[in-house]
Amino acid sequence: MTFHQQQCSNGLTIIGEVIPEARSAAVGFFVRTGSRDETVEESGVSHFLEHMLFKGTKKRDAAQVNKDFDKIGANYNAFTSEENTVFYASTLPEYHQDATEILADILRPSLRSADFEMEKKVIIEEIGMYEDNPGWMVFDHARKLFFADHPLGNSVLGTTQSIIDLKRDQMLDYFQRRYIASNITLVASGNFEWDKFLKKAEKLTTNWKFGMARRDHIRQTSGSAEFKLLEKKTTTQQNVVMICPGPPAASPLRYAANLFAMILGDQSGSRLYWSLVDSGLAESADCSFHEYDGAGAFYTSFSCDPKQTHKNLEIVIKQIHELITKGITEEELEQAKSKVLSRIVRAGEKTMNRLQEVGMTWVYLRKYKSVDEDMQTYEKVNLRQMQQLIERYPLLRLTTTAMGPLAKLKMPDIPKQPKVPNAQHS
Amino acid sequence: MAKQVFHHTFDNGLTLIAENMPHVRSATVNIIVPAGCAYDPANMPGISSVLSEIILRGAGKNNSKELSLAMDGIGLDRSCSAGTNHIRLWGATLSRNLPKTIDLFADIVLKPHLPKSDVESVKMLAVQEIMSIEDDPKQKVMLALRKNHFPSPLGNDRRGTLEGLKAITHDALTKFWKKNFRPSGTIISVAGNIEWEPLKAQVEKLFGKWKGGDVPALKLSPGKGGTSHITKDTQQVQIGIAYPSVTYGHKDFYAAIGAVNVLSGGMSSRLFTEVREKRGLCYSVWASYQNFKEVAAVICYAGTTTDMAQETLDVTLKQIANLTKGIKEEEVKRLKIGLKSSMLIQEESSSARAGSIAVDWYYLGRVRPLEEIQKAIDSITTKSILSHVKEYNPKEFTIVTLGNKQLKYGK
Repeated sequence: MTFHQQQCSNGLTIIGEVIPEARSAAVGFFVRTGSRDETVEESGVSHFLEHMLFKGTKKRDAAQVNKDFDKIGANYNAFTSEENTVFYASTLPEYHQDATEILADILRPSLRSADFEMEKKVIIEEIGMYEDNPGWMVFDHARKLFFADHPLGNSVLGTTQSIIDLKRDQMLDYFQRRYIASNITLVASGNFEWDKFLKKAEKLTTNWKFGMARRDHIRQTSGSAEFKLLEKKTTTQQNVVMICPGPPAASPLRYAANLFAMILGDQSGSRLYWSLVDSGLAESADCSFHEYDGAGAFYTSFSCDPKQTHKNLEIVIKQIHELITKGITEEELEQAKSKVLSRIVRAGEKTMNRLQEVGMTWVYLRKYKSVDEDMQTYEKVNLRQMQQLIERYPLLRLTTTAMGPLAKLKMPDIPKQPKVPNAQHS
Repeated sequence: MAKQVFHHTFDNGLTLIAENMPHVRSATVNIIVPAGCAYDPANMPGISSVLSEIILRGAGKNNSKELSLAMDGIGLDRSCSAGTNHIRLWGATLSRNLPKTIDLFADIVLKPHLPKSDVESVKMLAVQEIMSIEDDPKQKVMLALRKNHFPSPLGNDRRGTLEGLKAITHDALTKFWKKNFRPSGTIISVAGNIEWEPLKAQVEKLFGKWKGGDVPALKLSPGKGGTSHITKDTQQVQIGIAYPSVTYGHKDFYAAIGAVNVLSGGMSSRLFTEVREKRGLCYSVWASYQNFKEVAAVICYAGTTTDMAQETLDVTLKQIANLTKGIKEEEVKRLKIGLKSSMLIQEESSSARAGSIAVDWYYLGRVRPLEEIQKAIDSITTKSILSHVKEYNPKEFTIVTLGNKQLKYGK
């Protein structure tokens, strides 16, 4: 594996990880923009715009974009999150240049009015689809409740109304503000030749506008700590999400945070697995760490028989309390590490995964980490760092959202953030 | 960097197949045992699924917690689940941990504790799984579609029924395991950075003395087909459509795959273009090929708001019917490249390969070399697809819709 980088004069960054033994090559544009960068009036525009990029350019209409991707057998798509909009494609090595060309082209979309109105319908359908899925909806509500007035609480999809109200000119304005070269990273990974790729990419993007895209309100938040019950009579299971603060993406504690989430709520062998799932009290339970620019959060969630909800909330609180007061054992940390290492190696074998990993690491840390370096970083995490994480973040400051048939639910008392015992040095 | 595929069938009928992938550091083990929900006793639908959960709760010298720790200790991501024909035990880890994985998996298959104390909690999980289908309209409609379309017991949902779960006892679980866990029909497939001889020797040592009779034949009775509607107060109407296709290994198999890809192979395919891109009728619409040894089908899905549902159904059915009117050269060109890419890129994943070689073995009794698949893909033409869709032109559709408005199903 070799890594390359290049800063273009218009501000675009191009990076690449060459893996000669890979069977494919992937390429993607990582635009540093998402729902947190939207004004209230623009709610949902980042995601809607992501769709619109596939609707054509000066030289391609929508059908042609799809045909050209399919012609090279590309596996391609895009996603929008709170902070990033990413367009990517993976192909056999011989089509890597073509994929780069199509992606670069769609990054300068025409945003035609007729396409805008047609795609509006599709977005509204997408919102409808998620609204019928309580397991997904509860996360959107939970994030909003936790982040409150922090822009990270903005919904990625927006609402049906905000999408109906959105005008094409607002989208154009957002595009011109956010899709400028300095706010974009072009990433490639897999079996490709760097020099050839760079030359082609520079040529394709040389006319992109220079400028600065700001991101406002980068700050931490410890969350509202509120509790909200959303009654949805038509559902059968109760879905619960509890969010507490964690380290931001740039923090050296991010690795410890991922291991913490694994120890608390991985699918297998975690504390929540043994206390909730093994016993049959919840159908599923999970904890995952989400890192953002300037903020971070742990999302703990479970789904269960509504009658069981109160008891399960108590159990989650007790498990977190115990992790804080009694600490993490050496054995537990080692277990979590071996799981992470195995997952890093296996994910690293697929270029599509490498693209995401290399791209996101660059976007957040301005750094490159090979699979081996990533593994070494996790191997070095020790109990002292785990303890630092527990000391620094109020993990019992939980913002809780429950959605399901229950009309009433009492939130159990949360013990005060306990005094953390001194770190054991190892 | 030549890859190699190995296979061996032991005297007791157990098959081991392995693919060496020297360019990766991982290994995946996949064990399929012919004990899927198709073998659930009539009064206990759901038992194979319950067994697939409880079987991980202690085996050999390890109790439930020790077993879990042992697997976590080697970074083994794993799952055990019931499908129609098989219970599948799957695990992926670093290749250096492969021998340890095989040891633990042999315990799980041959010496599970099936602890009595866990039966209630495992059943509680199973009940919740059934209940949660109600909260996932898409899944609910697709399960109903399978049930209506495929012959019983192939169309059954592995989750079973609430009544069936109630009837399950510790005794019944033990009996079901004893009766259905057998070497004959069991396939162990391994892919990754592996060495064949030591693997074979280890499997022989662990599984060589395993005994059991042949897999019983299934008695199939036809699905009810037709059209039906499930009333539910949702934002969207869910639409599921099924029609028969040819089975894996049939001479028309690749033409059939070609036809499905004309409908739904990429974003330039007909369903996506006509239903979503040109008309904005829905976010999600697709068709895919699904098969058993005995039967196969094309399954289509679309989800859309109530007002658009009728048009979505009509346009989707029209696109299926239009296949017989002609296939374009450029469509075939695109889908062939797509098939070739996924075939070659699959080589990056030990998990995908372990799955693929097991599927090949189960359906064909051999693993197809890449060159053979490549040739078969090359042989797809507008003519081969057209003559296939004409010969297998669906006359009857199974349709299930779900939502707050019933649709007209046309002719």
